[in-house]
Amino acid sequence: MSSKPDLPHRLTGLSPIAFVLMVAGLAVIFASMAQVAPGPQKLIDGTPGMVRLVNRMLPPNLDPGFLVRIGWKIIETFQIALVGAFLGILISLPVAWVSARGVTPARLAAPVTKAFVSLLRTVPDLVWALIFVATVGLGAVAGTMTILVDTVGFCGRFFAEAFEDADKEPQEALHAIGAGRFSVLLGAVLPDAMPSLINTSVFALEKAVRSSVVLGLVGAGGIGQELKVAFDLFQYRDASTIILAIFILVLGMEWLTDRLRKRLQ
Amino acid sequence: MLDLAEPKIDLAQREGATALSLRGLVKRYGNGPVILNGISLTVRPGERVALIGSNGSGKSTLLRCLIGLHEASAGEVITLGEDISSGARRAQLHTLRRQTGFVFQKHCLVRRRSVLSNVIHGMMGTKGSWRAFSHVTAPAAWREKALQALGDVGLSARAMERADALSGGQQQRVAIARALVRGPRLLIADEPAASLDPVAGREVMALFARLAADHGITLLFTSHDMTHAMEFADRVVALKNGRVFCDLPADRVTKGDLRDVFQA
Repeated sequence: MSSKPDLPHRLTGLSPIAFVLMVAGLAVIFASMAQVAPGPQKLIDGTPGMVRLVNRMLPPNLDPGFLVRIGWKIIETFQIALVGAFLGILISLPVAWVSARGVTPARLAAPVTKAFVSLLRTVPDLVWALIFVATVGLGAVAGTMTILVDTVGFCGRFFAEAFEDADKEPQEALHAIGAGRFSVLLGAVLPDAMPSLINTSVFALEKAVRSSVVLGLVGAGGIGQELKVAFDLFQYRDASTIILAIFILVLGMEWLTDRLRKRLQ
Repeated sequence: MLDLAEPKIDLAQREGATALSLRGLVKRYGNGPVILNGISLTVRPGERVALIGSNGSGKSTLLRCLIGLHEASAGEVITLGEDISSGARRAQLHTLRRQTGFVFQKHCLVRRRSVLSNVIHGMMGTKGSWRAFSHVTAPAAWREKALQALGDVGLSARAMERADALSGGQQQRVAIARALVRGPRLLIADEPAASLDPVAGREVMALFARLAADHGITLLFTSHDMTHAMEFADRVVALKNGRVFCDLPADRVTKGDLRDVFQA
C-alpha cells in the first residue's frame, strides 16, 4: 500500500512577516478603539440626552411659510449639486485625456495633471468650501465651486482610468491610417469608455447632492446653512423638518440615479 | 464601384516603379533579441505579396515598420516614396498613412459604434477628420463613400447595425471597407483570415485580392495558410529568423520550400 500523502498546510500564502504585520494591525485597531470608541458607560450616560433631544425635535415644524422656505433651500442645494457636478464632469474630460497613460496628447504633462487631480481629490470638500467662502464670499457660488472642484478630483481620476482601459486595438487601427490623437479619442476611446464615463458621472452627481447638503455648515449655501442656524438657535423642530427634507432629497436622488444606471446598462 | 486608387501606370511612373523599398531593415525592442535582421525587399505598385513564416519570424513587426507604427532600429524603409527610416517626421508618417489601408488579424472595430461609423473612421487623417468619428457628424460625401465601400464588401444592408452584432467574417469585411474607403495606394493586412473559419477566411482573402486587383492597389499580407498565399498573391516572401529566407513567384513555390521555411 502506498504511504499517505502529506496534507498541505492550511495557510500556505501567509508568510511569518505577513502574520506579524496582521497581528500588529489588529493591535493598533484595538488600541485605537480603547481611545476613541464609545464605551458602554458612555452610551448609557448619553441615552437620556438623546431622548431629550428627540423629544424636542418632535413634531417637526410643518408651518407652511417655513416649508416653502425650506423647499426653496432644497432647490438651491440641488442646483448647487447639479451645476457643480455638470461643470466638473465637463472639465474632467480634457483633464482625464491629458492625464491618461497611452492616450494623452502631452506625455510630459500627464504626471503633473495626475498629481493635480490627486490634490483636488485628497483635500476634503469642507476644506474647499472654507477656501471658496474666504475667496468668493458666503453663499451658493462658493458651494458650486466646491462641488466643481470635488467632481474634477473624483471624475478626473476615474475618467482617466476608463480611457486607459479602453480597447487598444481599434486605437491602433485608427493610428495606422493616420488618425491624430484627438480623432482617436473621439472615434475609439470615448465610445469604448462611455458606459464607465456615464456610471462615474451618475455617481458624481449622487455624491454632489450628498456633499451639497453639508456645505452650508461652513457658509457655502444650500440647506446646510438652515440646519446650522436651527441648531445654533435651539430650534430643534425646525431642525427635524430640515433633516427630513434632506433625507427626501438624498433618497430621491439615489432612486433617480439607480434607475438611470439600470436604463443605461 | 468605389472611385479608389489612381490607375496602376500612374503610380508606377510617380514612384519609379517601387511601392515599397527596404534595405537592411533591422528591428530590435530595447535590449531584447533582434526581430528583423537585415531585411531587403522591393515591391512594385499593384503587386500582391504574401509574407509567410513561422510564429515569431517577424512578419507582423515588418508590416508595422512599413508605416512607422514601429520604428526601425537600423536600415532604410521607403514606403510610397516616403523615407520613414528611424527618426521619421510626424508629417511624413501622416502623409504615408493617409495613403495606406491597414487590416489587422482582429478586425479592430469600435464595437459600440455602427458599421457605417466604423467605415467612416477610415476617413480619419484627412482634412476635417474630427467629423469622421461618427456617421452623424460626417459630411454627406463621406457617408456616401462609406456606403459604397460597404456595398463593395456586400454589407450595405447592415450599415446601421452595431459592429459587434456582426459575425467575425462580416466584421473583417467591415475592416476591409474601412481600409479601402479613402482609396489607399497600399493595403497591408496582418493575418486577416487567422481568426476566421476556413470558409469565411477564404472569402475574405478572395475579397482582398479582387478589390486590390480592381483598384490597382499594392497588397501586402501575412498568412499562415499557404493555400491563401499561393492563390491570392503574385509573389511569396518567406521570413525565417528575422531574415528573408526565400522570395519566389507564387506559382513556383514548392512543398519543399515550405517545409524548409517552417522547419526549426
